[in-house]
Amino acid sequence: MKLGILGTLSLAIMLISQISFAETVKIGFVTTLTGGAGAIGNDMRDAVELALDHLGRKMGGSNVKVFYEDDTFKPAVGKQKTEKLVKKDKVHFVGGYIWSHVLMASRNSVVGKGPFMISSNAGPGPVAGKLCHEDFFSTSWQNDQTTMAMGEVLNQLGVKDLYIMAPNYAAGKGMVAGVTRTFKGNIVGKDMTKFPAQLDFSAELAKIRSVNPDAVFVFYPGAHGLQIIKQYSQAGLQNKIPFYSAFTVDSLNLPRLKDLAAGGLMTQFWAPDLETPVNKIFVQDYRKKYGRYPTFYAAQSYDTIMLIDSAVRAVNGNLNDKDGMRAAMRRAAFPSVRGSFKYGNNHFPIQNFYLRKVVKDTDGNYTTNVVKTVYTNHQDTYAKDCKMSW
Amino acid sequence: MNWILLLEQTLNGFQLGILLFLLAAGLTLIFGIMDLINLAHGSLYMMGAYFAATFTQWTDSFILGALLALPACMLFGIILEKIALRTLYTRSHLDQVLATFGLILFLNEFVRLIWGPIGLDIPLPQMLSGSVELFFGIHYPAFRLVIIAVGILVAFLLYLLVSKTKVGMLIRAGASNRQMVSALGININLLYTVVFGLGAVLAGLAGLMAGPIMTVEIGMGEGILIITFVVIVIGGVGSIRGAFVAALIVGFIDTVGRSFLPDILGIFVSNDIADTAAPAISSMLIYILMALILAIKPQGLFPPKGA
Amino acid sequence: MRNTPRIKIITLLMLSLGAIPLIADSIDEPFYTVLFSRMLILSIGAVSLNLILGFGGMVSFGHAVYLGIGSYVVGIGTFHAFEDGVEWMGNGFIHILVAIAVSALAGLIIGAISLRTHGVYFIMITLAFAQMFYFIAVGTEKYGGDDGLSLYMRSDFAGLLDLSNDNSLYYLNFAFLLTSLYLSHRLTNSRFGMAIRGTKSNEERMKSIGFPVFRYRLVAFVIAGIICGIAGVLSANQTDFVNPSVMHWTRSGDLIIMIVLGGIGTLFGPVIGAVAFLLLEELLSGITEYWQLIFGPMLLLIVIFARGGIDGMLVALDRWWLRYSVKKNVEDN
Repeated sequence: MKLGILGTLSLAIMLISQISFAETVKIGFVTTLTGGAGAIGNDMRDAVELALDHLGRKMGGSNVKVFYEDDTFKPAVGKQKTEKLVKKDKVHFVGGYIWSHVLMASRNSVVGKGPFMISSNAGPGPVAGKLCHEDFFSTSWQNDQTTMAMGEVLNQLGVKDLYIMAPNYAAGKGMVAGVTRTFKGNIVGKDMTKFPAQLDFSAELAKIRSVNPDAVFVFYPGAHGLQIIKQYSQAGLQNKIPFYSAFTVDSLNLPRLKDLAAGGLMTQFWAPDLETPVNKIFVQDYRKKYGRYPTFYAAQSYDTIMLIDSAVRAVNGNLNDKDGMRAAMRRAAFPSVRGSFKYGNNHFPIQNFYLRKVVKDTDGNYTTNVVKTVYTNHQDTYAKDCKMSW
Repeated sequence: MNWILLLEQTLNGFQLGILLFLLAAGLTLIFGIMDLINLAHGSLYMMGAYFAATFTQWTDSFILGALLALPACMLFGIILEKIALRTLYTRSHLDQVLATFGLILFLNEFVRLIWGPIGLDIPLPQMLSGSVELFFGIHYPAFRLVIIAVGILVAFLLYLLVSKTKVGMLIRAGASNRQMVSALGININLLYTVVFGLGAVLAGLAGLMAGPIMTVEIGMGEGILIITFVVIVIGGVGSIRGAFVAALIVGFIDTVGRSFLPDILGIFVSNDIADTAAPAISSMLIYILMALILAIKPQGLFPPKGA
Repeated sequence: MRNTPRIKIITLLMLSLGAIPLIADSIDEPFYTVLFSRMLILSIGAVSLNLILGFGGMVSFGHAVYLGIGSYVVGIGTFHAFEDGVEWMGNGFIHILVAIAVSALAGLIIGAISLRTHGVYFIMITLAFAQMFYFIAVGTEKYGGDDGLSLYMRSDFAGLLDLSNDNSLYYLNFAFLLTSLYLSHRLTNSRFGMAIRGTKSNEERMKSIGFPVFRYRLVAFVIAGIICGIAGVLSANQTDFVNPSVMHWTRSGDLIIMIVLGGIGTLFGPVIGAVAFLLLEELLSGITEYWQLIFGPMLLLIVIFARGGIDGMLVALDRWWLRYSVKKNVEDN
């Protein structure tokens, strides 16, 4: 009897403490929702919504509110929107960030100011190295890694002379640095084009034809990927000089590119057909809800929400317990679409990288399949510059 | 020096120049005759591309789509002129800038509402989507050749229109002395509508031809608008001949600069510096050119007579 | 001077601007201090451009260059102060002095070449110079190129002012805005200012009276550049971030639009315009994603129906009020 009362009492106390802890989890999500790159942001937003559906719109019993903000592809605007999320909406987490330069501009407004910052895509070198921070996590990759894998692939294929094209901004420079680090042949030409203004690559393509390399490697995310591939084919280079890419072909432009991208090879940490239990459900439900394949941007955004959920759950919704949430996120103990992985000391994933190929699925839709694993449990090269250890 | 590459880049420069000319011809006429700084001219370029994309989808043919898009552009331009721009002719240039800036915002958002935030594609017919071999083993994208051919044809027709017809005479007169034309009892409102419609068609033509190469997307007209202003200023406001010459110069300098500057710089400085400086300097070239030309000829290469 | 509605409204605007941090703190919304801080800085930029554009008829389409110069002085200075430990390079007084010197030099060079042209050619040649500066910034890899520089510290005013506090920065901005307004008032009403205004309406006459028109205009051009350069210093501190887009042509365009919206060639017009522009942007984008669908036509309608911008509307209000009060007086007697 006594025990019964005690039990009820303690239960009541537990419940009350639960209630007092059940503050709404506020998440800011900064991405590009307008202009040519708006399709990417739209895809990321869809993935966030799907993740929330899967979670029953709650995290560890607390309600969730997501504030979507449009960076309009401009660092200054992204910075301003981030500032608003932190100061006005007083969010607990800021996620999103497609573009490295937007992330770099916005970073100082978040880290050290209270909320956690979680990059769902951009992974510039500095934030993985010298500027790593205990409040910053990535659910994507460090920029150089994917193209380092591509460099290895090119070596294996016996490519001697390589021509590189990339946009002239933070990620473009990182991607080029990655491929030059591992590629062993000669780089016979390199064009860094103005970004995002330049959409016509006629002059660069003429140079490629004139140099006649063994292979061309490009990094052109979003709408620019569509342009470069279209113009590459219009210039009659498609069947002459093999074309390799990173982050250029995605599930958004693939339905528009169709045959132009067929057979194309790229490296990535993830693919829609990756055989993990979570990925199967994610891809299946995403296709059911939105009628198209998810992009890698979507996969990373889905993981962002799941990572946040694992943190909120670990502290039972007590959002003031930052240390507890940080410790939980460091364990990376959430169901990730890429399968299980570990975080490096710099809070960037140590993960596999695969070679992907553009194929037609059974319904005739274009998608990409894993060809082989290039890197197993690969860590970025900037981690050693990061002073953080735990 | 690689001559084939140089020739190919010259063609590329020519092709860019042609697109710029189509935009500049309308802009310079509207500026010269109505004294209107129309920032929304780039929006007409965008509308041309969107119309063509839609009509191509409906008819399954780029040619038909393009042919339908042109009158649609003209109609759109004329409506725009009648509703919004007509009241601005007598206002100061700054008022015009503010008002037409407002129009850009409106039209961009209008397009987003109707066609969605994601850009469109204009698929090319099979025969135009590859490249063809010209002389000396030069390969060139077939569609870009079409752009050049159409551009030259339009330039020629424009020349005939302006120098051989009565409308052309009025246009020339309007560009050099507006008050005189209205004093002669000409229906100036009709002339304005005709000129604006013509400008809209030319801008739309440029947009629908740029569409298959680049994406059809919101805001596609703004980047090219500023270069178009550079062209008409270098050429001399109101002068179609000036616009033509300046457009080709700007197209050529921009393309060739992008292509050869890293190598040229590499002769003087280390390759690393050349690699990073070249994109910046080549983007600057046309502005340096404009500043130089205006410093020497403050009214552009072909200042309109009587101005 | 009588207390007309226009004077009352402008006074109210300036007083509210002065009270923003207090209000924001009392309702625990510090974000508004940041938002209005940005308005103050752009107001300074607009006031400086108005000196040459509004009073002198020189439509510079490259005025954001000076915002860029001021910003980069702070960006580069604090970069070296932080990375290499060169302490004096983080000093705010030095930032302001260097920004003044560089802006003056840039203004002198740009002005000396540009002022030989007129009309749209002047607009475009100033744009050309702005684009050159823009692409130079894009090309300077060391200071981030296109990606820009994040500031790891704000300008250090040797313990006199702690800029890391947003409220202190706000009042510094406010003080500079008041100073630039005072300067603008004194300049335009001086003999020099009268001459500049004269060149706007009739340059030939001013020349024949014997004014060295070119030199006068050049001096005005340089002064406007200097004031805007200081606004650039403040802007970098405000955003903690410097990148080439601060001097993109669209930013120069924004400044022009603010002036036209507020009222060209009036003392407070640029401030009214900057506040209205940014406030409308903030309010409308809070209502709908398609806010530009409302904002765009609004600008068009203001041009068509309200000559002289918002200040022009206030003048019209005054006229109506005057007529009303005179009528009332007559009736009363």
